[in-house]
Amino acid sequence: MAYRSSVDIHTEWDIVAARQLGRNEAKKVGFGTVDQARITTAISELARNIYLYAGAGKIEIERLNEGGLFGIAIIASDEGPGIPDVRKVMEDGYSTSGGLGAGMPGVKRLMDDFRVDTERGKGTKITAIKWLR
Amino acid sequence: MPQQTENEYKEILRQYLEDQSEQNLYMGEAFSRKLIERDISPEEVISIHKSALKDVLPGLPSKVWHSFDFLIEMMIRYGLALKEHQSLVKRQEEMQLEMEVAAKVQETLLKTKIPAVEGMDVGYVTVPSRIMSGDYIYFVGNDKDEAGVAVADVMGKGIPAALCMSMVKFGMDSVRHSAEGPSGVLSVINRIVEKSVNDSMFVTMMYGLYDAKNSTFSYASAGHEPALHYRASENRFVELDAKGLLLGVSQDARYEEGAIVLERGDFVAIMTDGVTEARTPEGFVEKETILEIISSVKDRPAQEMAEHVFAELDRMQGFRLQDDFSLVILKKE
Repeated sequence: MAYRSSVDIHTEWDIVAARQLGRNEAKKVGFGTVDQARITTAISELARNIYLYAGAGKIEIERLNEGGLFGIAIIASDEGPGIPDVRKVMEDGYSTSGGLGAGMPGVKRLMDDFRVDTERGKGTKITAIKWLR
Repeated sequence: MPQQTENEYKEILRQYLEDQSEQNLYMGEAFSRKLIERDISPEEVISIHKSALKDVLPGLPSKVWHSFDFLIEMMIRYGLALKEHQSLVKRQEEMQLEMEVAAKVQETLLKTKIPAVEGMDVGYVTVPSRIMSGDYIYFVGNDKDEAGVAVADVMGKGIPAALCMSMVKFGMDSVRHSAEGPSGVLSVINRIVEKSVNDSMFVTMMYGLYDAKNSTFSYASAGHEPALHYRASENRFVELDAKGLLLGVSQDARYEEGAIVLERGDFVAIMTDGVTEARTPEGFVEKETILEIISSVKDRPAQEMAEHVFAELDRMQGFRLQDDFSLVILKKE
């Protein structure tokens, strides 16, 4: 059974709490400083998207162990408006030019696996995984 | 590999901390190139620096080591910005390549053959200002005693103009030129353009038909730049214009038709506004200047004339065309 913990996102300060949780878990898994910084940046980005676009949601962190392969999963979920055009959001230059920071392509680059499930009017769930090498 | 990179870095750093010479710095610069080649991100460089320093200068206060972790945090987004930049550059290269292929396709599509007509010397130049052209020259003829020429200018440049033009081309291919005559041809093309092009796109076109049996040149214009008729007997230019709306504006636009008789040594020059609105740093090139340039080569073959006018105007514009340039010369021998 994988270990999972979560932080609810309502205010900007909750982003800090989510980062803290992610960093602690990343350390436990054994990630080095650079990867810890990458994982927390990805959490920041996902948590900020929840805060800005959905208003509320949660960040869950799960430590993974798949047959001796260790890793960490960030699961960001909300019941916001959903992403109308995922393809566009995943394009380089789309969110950065609008001043939104690294955007979804950034999160994808910081992590190893990346998955978006979104439904208009229902919400969005983004799962991002990084494996320990 | 990472271990090797770390060892190399440590060595260069150690030497620099000892000598602080320019040579050490130069080695550092060369090494940074290697780091880029090995796709090592800015945050990793800080991390390499931190661990190298731990070996070279152990015993530094712990706050110094914490400061490197802080710096790593600072660098994550720079690393992302770099990656995004690299991917955008790659995408731009792909698009550039695609554009070049499209330009080749356009070139083939717009290929036209000068018709051979008794007593008529024809020459032309058409040069796009960008990779794709919004100008179009189309010849048609029976290789005996009749030749038609169309010069069109799609408002706008680049890909949208090029797409619009391929439609004009297929329209031209389907018209019965000799039976319709200049105003008839424009009416047909107008209906095609009006039907299939969006409202913000307009095309101007001058269409001329030369009949060698009576040396008549008849013409019609859809809001196009007036053509020039050089009368050798009077040594002067007369503008050829005919009333008519731009193509694609209204389904039932009508096109006036004019006709002249060409004498020996006369020529007609049909052009786009890339010729008449040539711009130099000092402003537009005067119409008189353009007429002088054409006049100065009036005794040369039509092709040479067109090429000379282009070369002159290109030179005056500092070899950077502001607009697509097209010029057709029809010269009565």
